[in-house]
Amino acid sequence: MAHDDTLIGAGFSDPVFQSQGAFRALLAALSEPGLACDLGEAIAPPAGLEAATAVTLLTLADYETPIWLPAALRNGPAGAWLRFHCGAALVEDPARAAFAVVDGAMTEPKLAGFNAGDDQFPDRSTTVLVQCAGLAGGETVTLEGPGIAGRRSIAPTGLRPGFWAEVEGNAALYPLGVDLLLVHGAQVLGLPRSTQIVEAR
Amino acid sequence: MTVHQSISDETRPAYNYAYLDEQTKRMIRRALLKAVAIPGYQVPFGSREMPLARGWGTGGIQVTAAIMGPDDTLKVIDQGADDTTNAVSIRRFFERTADARTTEATDEATIIQTRHRIPEAPLKAGQIMVYQVPQPEPLRKLEPHEAETRKMHAWAEYGLMQVKLYENIARFGEVTTTYDYPVMVNGRYVMAPSPIPKFDNPKMQMSPALQLFGAGREKRIYAVPPHTSVRSLDFDDHPFRIQSWEQPCALCGAADSYLDEVVIDDQGGRMFVCSDSHHCETRRADGHRGAMLADASALHLVEDEAKP
Repeated sequence: MAHDDTLIGAGFSDPVFQSQGAFRALLAALSEPGLACDLGEAIAPPAGLEAATAVTLLTLADYETPIWLPAALRNGPAGAWLRFHCGAALVEDPARAAFAVVDGAMTEPKLAGFNAGDDQFPDRSTTVLVQCAGLAGGETVTLEGPGIAGRRSIAPTGLRPGFWAEVEGNAALYPLGVDLLLVHGAQVLGLPRSTQIVEAR
Repeated sequence: MTVHQSISDETRPAYNYAYLDEQTKRMIRRALLKAVAIPGYQVPFGSREMPLARGWGTGGIQVTAAIMGPDDTLKVIDQGADDTTNAVSIRRFFERTADARTTEATDEATIIQTRHRIPEAPLKAGQIMVYQVPQPEPLRKLEPHEAETRKMHAWAEYGLMQVKLYENIARFGEVTTTYDYPVMVNGRYVMAPSPIPKFDNPKMQMSPALQLFGAGREKRIYAVPPHTSVRSLDFDDHPFRIQSWEQPCALCGAADSYLDEVVIDDQGGRMFVCSDSHHCETRRADGHRGAMLADASALHLVEDEAKP
């Protein structure tokens, strides 16, 4: 193992206020789906995590929230970084995760592999952070649902073929389902289970 | 008290910003995000002991403490008024623990914590309403067991609630529930809007503001995102109606606000005044005058801005 892999980078320099600011951006992202929100460049993320992914997990994850990462990240610096800063367990079974980080272009795991909650406790579902190549410039997807006045269009890039069909399938489970955060750089875009995909082309 | 005052700033009791510790805030924040993703569903959370009794707004305080930051301006109202005991003590709590900027003006606030009212002034995008909720479960009076109400929500079995409203109509000719009137959120969950008068229910429908609900004693958090359908339950032949009054506010003359009835003597005298104190003051400052403003002003109960 190279020397750099064992070096764990810094987390928040001001945990109270940086996590508060990041949380408000996340709250805005999920209460107004499709709106890209800025989480700020507060930290240098470990290799394999977007800045927004790292900030989101620092803000929300702790010893109560198992995290699923792709095996390459789990066994690399990203896994060590999350274990150290969040104290979170890294799990191999996607269905056990409270938070998950996936690469939008990879074909596995499918969204259906994560925990969608159960009918009496739909809140126990996984929040999936989808790292994608960009939040604009891709195919246009039209959204509708709570948090959106009328309709809103988004155009993220770098998502696997069939991704939007999976999101539609997830929305059809409502009130069950996973909640998605599309992340790129320092930006995050919320797609909670309540959001309906009107049109993807 | 004097002990605290004599201690210098560096050695003051070391509470975290906004009183709650960071682990608690993370737990509440996770519950809030799930609540926003499932509008109207009650998310269980680990409600903490707060330095005031349960039932005095501990749920709302915990939600506010978890979301607020140095950029926020806080308004706290109790029954519409900024100057009642509960509102004053909660506002002072956040001034002391979070150095919060506070206001009485609805349009200046970024966070409005409320007990039993929604302000009369229309809410704006970007504002967050935080409701203090005594009983988050709208079905509790009909079914005392949590295990049962949880299943009723899971399977959207809300027939019992419709039967209750129907029996009201059968016995009294109308639905007699005047506050905490049940609503259907996003066409899926029946939700308690907290004990706001049903007058305020229509303000929740498609509101541009984010609405968060905290029930401290009952350990539940729920939410209504902006632009979300919030429909008061009713029947086709008995549509939902809000309260109305035969006279306008006695101080500001408003005919479209929620009025409190105030007994003023032991001869049966009474007056009706706006429950939203800031709304009433703003209208008086704009020159609106109600029938009893001169009398109230003469007794130094209110200030009459128009008086020379």
